[in-house]
Amino acid sequence: MVTIPFIWIMGDLLWNGWDQLSFSFVFSAPQNAGREGGIGPILISTLLIVGVCMGTAVPMGLGTALFLSEYTRHDHVLGRLIRGSLDVLAGVPSIVFGLFGNALFCQILGLGFSILSGGLTLACMVLPILIRTVEESFHAISQEQRLSAAALGLSKTTTIRRILLPAALPGLLVGIILGLGRAVAETAALIFTSGYVARMPESLMDSGRSLAVHIYDLAMNVAGGNPHAYATALVLVGLVFIINVSSSWIASRWTSCNRLSA
Amino acid sequence: MDIMQPTFRINPEPGKPAGLRPWVPYPSDELCCEPVTHIRAKNLSIAYQDHQALRNVTLEINRGCITALVGPSGCGKTSFLMSLNRLTDLIPGCQVSGNLHMNELDILAPTTDLLQLRRAVGMIFQKPTVFPFSIRKNLELPLREHGTHHRTVLHSAMENVLQQVGLWHEVKDRLDHPAQALSGGQQQRLCLARALVLSPDLLLLDEPCSALDPLSSGIVEDLIVSLRGHVTIMIVTHNLAQARRIADHIAFFWSFEGSGTLVEYGPAQAIFENPIHELTGAYISGTRG
Ligand SMILES: Nc1ncnc2c1ncn2[C@@H]1O[C@H](COP(=O)(O)OP(=O)(O)OP(=O)(O)O)[C@@H](O)[C@H]1O
Ligand SMILES: [Mg+2]
Repeated sequence: MVTIPFIWIMGDLLWNGWDQLSFSFVFSAPQNAGREGGIGPILISTLLIVGVCMGTAVPMGLGTALFLSEYTRHDHVLGRLIRGSLDVLAGVPSIVFGLFGNALFCQILGLGFSILSGGLTLACMVLPILIRTVEESFHAISQEQRLSAAALGLSKTTTIRRILLPAALPGLLVGIILGLGRAVAETAALIFTSGYVARMPESLMDSGRSLAVHIYDLAMNVAGGNPHAYATALVLVGLVFIINVSSSWIASRWTSCNRLSA
Repeated sequence: MDIMQPTFRINPEPGKPAGLRPWVPYPSDELCCEPVTHIRAKNLSIAYQDHQALRNVTLEINRGCITALVGPSGCGKTSFLMSLNRLTDLIPGCQVSGNLHMNELDILAPTTDLLQLRRAVGMIFQKPTVFPFSIRKNLELPLREHGTHHRTVLHSAMENVLQQVGLWHEVKDRLDHPAQALSGGQQQRLCLARALVLSPDLLLLDEPCSALDPLSSGIVEDLIVSLRGHVTIMIVTHNLAQARRIADHIAFFWSFEGSGTLVEYGPAQAIFENPIHELTGAYISGTRG
C-alpha cells in the first residue's frame, strides 16, 4: 500500500521532469525567473544552508543527548524539563520556526536574510528530533555495559568515547538522516530567514534560495514555471536519496572498522 | 536466638565471642589461604531510596580465599559485591553505610580513587558483558586506560591472560574478530580474562556460571579454582554443589522482612556438615529458600 503513493509521485516527477534534466540545468544559473536556465546557485545555497544546519545541530544534539542520558538521572527535574520542551518543539510548525528565526537571527543578532540565518533556524528545527533519536540510542545500550566498563576502572570519558559513542552511532546517523530530510525539504522556515535571492552566494552572509523554496516559487508565482519545478523536485529527491544511501554506507563502514581495528 | 545476630566461626572482631559456638580452627594442613585479612566489612548496610536491602553485615575475608555468598534471591548478595568496588555509586538512590576496608584502604571514603580501586577489584557479571568490538580491543582497552601502550607489552599481556583462561588456542587466529561472535562460555572467559589482565587483588563473581552450559560452567569453575591463593575471590552462586566444590568459606545470607543480612559465615566444610543456624541447615538441605 505504501509503495503506491511512492510510485505515483516518482512516476509523476520522472514523467514531467526527466526531459528538462541535464548537466547544464543542474549547474547553470536560472534565467527569466527560473523558466529558463538552471539551478546551480540554488543547489549551492541549499548545500550551504544544510551544511550550516547540520554543522551546528549535530554537535549540539550529540552534546545534549549525552548530557541527558549520561549526566542526569532519568527522573531529574532538569532532564524532564529539557525533554518536555523538546517534545513541544518537535511539534511546532516550521513556519513558526521561520518567524522565530527571523526575529532572533535576522533581526536581533543582525545576520539579516542570509544563508547563516537560514541554517541556524533549520538547526533549531531539527535539534529536537536529533536529540531524541540520539538519546534513545544511548538508552538502548544496556546498563551492564556501563557497569562493566566502570568495573574495569575505565573513566567516564573513555567509556563514552570508546563504548557508548560507537554503540550509539547508528542512532546518530538515523537522527542525522531524519534531520537532513527535514532540513533539505524545508520551505516555510527559510522564506523568512535565508530569503529567495537566486544569485550565486558569495559568503554565508548572502541571502540564498533553497531548492524547496525555488520549487515553491516556480510552482506558485511564476507562470510557465512548472516544467522546471518538476526538474528541481527531481534533483531534490535525488539529493535526499544520495544522503540516505551514503549515510547508511558510512554507518556500515564505521561499525565494521570499529569492530575489526585493533 | 536473635536471628539478626550472625553466627561466626571466623572471629570477626578479636576479643569478642565468636558466634554461638567456639570457633573451630582449621586443621593446619587444610589451610587454604593466607591467614591475613584482606577485606573487612563492619556493620555494612545498603539502602535503595528508602528500601533497606542489606543490614549490618560484618565479616572478614582472608587473602587468597574463595568465599561463596549463598542465599535466596533478593537477599542483597549482588548489592554487597557492588559495594566492594563502589559500583553502587552508579545506581541512583543507593546509599552504603558502615565500614568497608581492603587492606588499609577505606573503600567507602569519599576521597578513595575509584579508578584505582576498580582496577584492583575485578568483577564478572551473570551475563557475559563483552564490549562490541574485537577480542583484542576488549583486552587492550583496560590496559591502555591504565597506562600500558607499548604494542609488545599489550600483546604479551593479552596472550598471557588468554592462555590463563584457556582461550588462547580457540581464538588466537581471530583476535581481531568481534567478541560477540564467541559462544556464551567463551565470552564469559573473555570477561574473566579482561578482568585478570589488570592483575586484580580481589575478584567479584556474580553468578558467573548461571548463564552457561554445564561444560563451559565446568571450565570457568576450574579456572576459578586455579586462581585460589593468587587472588581473593568472592563468588555469588545459587548452585550449592558448586559452592561445596570450590569454596573455602561460605557466607550465608537471608532476608528478613525484605532486608538481607549475613546469617552465618565460616569454613565451607563446617557450614555444609554442621550448620549452626537452623535457616542455614534448612537452606542447604533444600527445605527452605
Ligand atoms: N537498582 C536497584 N534499585 C532498587 N532496588 C534494588 C536495586 N537493585 C537491587 N534492589 C533491591 O535490593 C534487594 C537486594 O537485591 P540484590 O540484587 O542485591 O539481591 P541478590 O541477593 O543479588 O538477588 P539474586 O540472587 O536474585 O541476584 C532486592 O530487594 C532488590 O529489589
Ligand atoms: Mg544478584
